[in-house]
Amino acid sequence: MTLLLIVRRSLRQHALSTVITALSIALAGGLLMSVWVVKEQSQRTFTQVNTGFDAVLGARGSKLQLVLNAIFHLEASPGNLAASDYEYIRHHPAVKLAVPIAVGDNLRGFRIVGTLPELFTAVEYAPGRHFALSQGRLFNPSEKEAVIGSFAARRLGLKVGDSFHPFHGLVYDAANQHPEMYVVTGVLAPSNTPADKVVWIPLHGLQTMSGHDPRAATELSAVLVQLRSPSAGFMLDIMYNKQGNRLTFAYPIGAIMAELFQKISWFDKVLSLVAYLVALVSAAGVLVAIYNSMASRRRDIAILRALGAGRLFLFTAIVLEATLIGAIGMLLAFGAYAAIVSSVAVVIQAQTGVLLETFAYSPVMLWAPLGMIALCGLSGLLPAWKAYQTDVAEHLAPIS
Amino acid sequence: MIPEPALLQIRGLSKSFPVPDGGSRTIIDIPEFSLGPGEHLALRGESGSGKTTFLNLIAGILSPDEGSILVDGSDMAAMGEHRRDRLRAASIGYIFQTFNLLQGYTCLENVLLGMTFGGHADRPRALALLERVGLSSRLGHRPRQLSSGQQQRVAVARALAKHPKLVLADEPTGNLDRRNSREALALIRETCRESGAALLLVSHDPEVLGAFPNVRDFAELNLSLKEASS
Repeated sequence: MTLLLIVRRSLRQHALSTVITALSIALAGGLLMSVWVVKEQSQRTFTQVNTGFDAVLGARGSKLQLVLNAIFHLEASPGNLAASDYEYIRHHPAVKLAVPIAVGDNLRGFRIVGTLPELFTAVEYAPGRHFALSQGRLFNPSEKEAVIGSFAARRLGLKVGDSFHPFHGLVYDAANQHPEMYVVTGVLAPSNTPADKVVWIPLHGLQTMSGHDPRAATELSAVLVQLRSPSAGFMLDIMYNKQGNRLTFAYPIGAIMAELFQKISWFDKVLSLVAYLVALVSAAGVLVAIYNSMASRRRDIAILRALGAGRLFLFTAIVLEATLIGAIGMLLAFGAYAAIVSSVAVVIQAQTGVLLETFAYSPVMLWAPLGMIALCGLSGLLPAWKAYQTDVAEHLAPIS
Repeated sequence: MIPEPALLQIRGLSKSFPVPDGGSRTIIDIPEFSLGPGEHLALRGESGSGKTTFLNLIAGILSPDEGSILVDGSDMAAMGEHRRDRLRAASIGYIFQTFNLLQGYTCLENVLLGMTFGGHADRPRALALLERVGLSSRLGHRPRQLSSGQQQRVAVARALAKHPKLVLADEPTGNLDRRNSREALALIRETCRESGAALLLVSHDPEVLGAFPNVRDFAELNLSLKEASS
């Protein structure tokens, strides 16, 4: 009771430094938790997102580029493959479903992908989840109709019944507008997958868009493949990648994405190191704040000692004060975390269509606050030791 | 009739402090000193004569080089620091020239803190004491919101709040004007008398010393001063 009163009053007496120090702890703690959660969630999400397919077949090139292009709708297509390649794999006994896609156009920066309605009707993009429409119906494959992903629809301000002209290329250039007019027949419900940021049109429509090379009118950018068994994937991997040299079979998708994260793991480490350092510097800030105020505290400490307070009591009070500053800071850190991670999530969603579950529980939300509070408590040890050593008689002497 | 044992009994007390040339200087050298329960005694001494050091030794804030300091039968000089803290908290009230109130706390909290370390914070007693010293309307005020005289009255209430057997007062009127000085002195003596506490006051102010029937020269008590002057 007395201990808490003394700590509370000391925090109030040094209110400005308490607030500044707690805010620096909040920023450091928020940053530490954000870095950790974004790293953890993006790795988990991006290695799990496959929109319901096991593999991607595409032109000869990088597997990673193929996956990024066909699954995440990022990067340029490594090239085209012939319709016969699609027909071959579609009828392969190891393949359960093959869905072709074609890319090459955009709508004000949002990628237009040509495909078949099976992508929405026959595929579970996640276990037990099919793509659903929040408005309208699927496109008719033989008409100039479009279904818009939820994020793209929101950003583009499109709804059922609206129409648009596609633009040539993957990068928006107002000068490259196609004359074709497409009508929006449906808007997808949010799936938190890359499909949310795509404008989907019939495959044939994209292949035959005016201005595209008519010789490539039957070619595809990639084929998304569902396999009957995992062993089939290894068999096709050998067939396309080792025995053949014309096409690339990217399998398994999760492992290819994991390789990407492996390649950029140094960046994660640097980011984590920076977050740890910021946390350490903030804890040192607690030490500096309390230590610097020791000169003004000495008289109070001496008075309390004269009233009968023991050295250990005052030592404990200083450590508790440092710990409480850490606790206040870490409470505020959750606000900083929410702000940082929400902003990051918006950027990631805009770039990939994937929405991170930023407020889902992560162990870092437990160990980071506990660790920071403990670190702050530890940083209180040095000023507490100074308090412990305070010469009572010297500091009780008349100020004059 | 069996004589009542002294509340404070000092024997062979000495305390030295290091000096810049590397040696040490004896500040306190008191062969014998005692104070009875409820007795009021004023010690006359000039500034720098070691009066504060003497009170700090009695309070257990400083430990002596030699000698014994029996406070209510317990030898302060032979105790470890923790036990000295406990004894000081339980049995000794200390009134300072500069009041030494905690600036971040209200009057009431200052008085309650004076009790806390000696046992428990008795709020009704703290309120009664503040009323006794005429500050019942200033309970929530902080020291800097009070006049010097009022601050010293809070310090008196704080010193007496825990029912000390011994009250030490170090130049308690040194920072007060004449009127406040007289009032504070009367208050200290009256409240000590009311609570039955012994009072040991040190001062160099003739007016303060004149209020005490029992006054001793600190220079006669402290042999180190005699040696220095001879």
